[in-house]
Amino acid sequence: MKNFILSIALLSAISDTQAQKYFTRNGYLGFFSKTNMEDIKANNESVTYIVDWSSGDIQISALQTNFKFEKALMQEHYNENYVESSKFPKATFKGKIDNVSAINIKKDGTYAATVTGALDIHGVSKNYTTKATFKVSGSHVIAETKFNVKCADHKIKIEANLKNNISESIEVSAKADLTELKK
Amino acid sequence: MKLKTLTLVTLFFQGILTWAQTDTTTDLLGLLGDEEPVIYSTATFKSTRVINGQSIENVAGGVMDFRISHRFGTLNSGVHKMFGLDIASMRLGLEYGITDNWMVGIGRSNVNEEVDGFTKIKLLKQVESGPKKMPISVSYFGSIVMRGTEWANPERTNYFTSRLYYCNQLLIAKKVDDKLSLQLSPTHVHRNIVATVDIPHDVFAVGLGGRYKLSRRLAVNAEYFKLTQNNIPGATNSLSLGVDLETGGHVFQLHLTNGSSMNEKGFITETTGSWNKGDIQFGFNISRVFTVKKPKGYQE
Repeated sequence: MKNFILSIALLSAISDTQAQKYFTRNGYLGFFSKTNMEDIKANNESVTYIVDWSSGDIQISALQTNFKFEKALMQEHYNENYVESSKFPKATFKGKIDNVSAINIKKDGTYAATVTGALDIHGVSKNYTTKATFKVSGSHVIAETKFNVKCADHKIKIEANLKNNISESIEVSAKADLTELKK
Repeated sequence: MKLKTLTLVTLFFQGILTWAQTDTTTDLLGLLGDEEPVIYSTATFKSTRVINGQSIENVAGGVMDFRISHRFGTLNSGVHKMFGLDIASMRLGLEYGITDNWMVGIGRSNVNEEVDGFTKIKLLKQVESGPKKMPISVSYFGSIVMRGTEWANPERTNYFTSRLYYCNQLLIAKKVDDKLSLQLSPTHVHRNIVATVDIPHDVFAVGLGGRYKLSRRLAVNAEYFKLTQNNIPGATNSLSLGVDLETGGHVFQLHLTNGSSMNEKGFITETTGSWNKGDIQFGFNISRVFTVKKPKGYQE
């Protein structure tokens, strides 16, 4: 009987190590708004990414106030007027890598994948599907994707007189160098 | 045996529980056990000035603020002075954020031919949310003003230090909500020279300021400086009402006030106008910011 309990404990321990998770706290998220009048760029290099290779779950969390702009005033307006960071301090993504089984994190290479999930910006969640690449190299996996977000989809209001300066469709790029999460 | 069965049953239920947990979307981010971030209040006021007086805001690190401040004459000066529009007091200022928490500035006013230099330092920052708690923001403001006018008594020995005035101020601000911000500004002004022995060198005052946002770009402001002593001949309390209008890199502040001076020692201790008598002056501040150094962490 003792052996039985032991083996169950061992088995669960083994399945735990198989449920490998990779993560980073220094991932990148950037966005780019292009209009005839003005290009606006911002980048955030302290974004948390975590991936569970057994379930395909992928989750991302970015602090809105960590986005850096070319001008301090842009950053103030972004946080105060558009994403309202005091009410909604984080942007998050919770989704799944659809074909996670095709990614072999033990074998170097670049794997194409599709990621589907809910992106929550400004307290408004919307589902997105995007193509992403996962580049395995040794103990690192570099995840990368690019997709477009419409301000209106997340109830981010742009004043009529600034429609020429701020694009309605924002290009979002994500890049993260993931390593194993050791518990 | 009974104990073993119990252990098994416990294990079984534990298994079910774990399974039930993993079945729904797991909170992977929660696994990292990261602390909630500290979010500080920002944009308590639109500009570095409430109206005449300093607000809790600094210009950001690496940003230069060019300020043009202007006060017309009093509305009750009559048609010959075009109700004050013929008279102009002004200050030109150049102010710079050395860091996000420390700014310096210089200014020149035609009122008493004054040059002022000042510094403003953030000491405490109000926390909006997160593991830290801080209900208010506090800054220190200090300035020196040099009066440039000819000596009143040139026949006696005059010292350069007699031209100097100092101001120390604490700015205590609270962003109550998205729209309403309030500020209390205890102030000390020291004058190196005064007209007679009865007039104090040191003056203490308390400033009250507030802003209410009407829209993203428009706010109304009010400001009052109450002198705590009545032994300054002719001095009245400074009261100002105004609006802030923001357009991109500019902030326009339009207001009505009862004083001409645009530096602290001036509008706090030398205001003589009375709202009741119609000594009301229209004025404006224009602020234009330039990015000298791009924010740290920004990628081209």
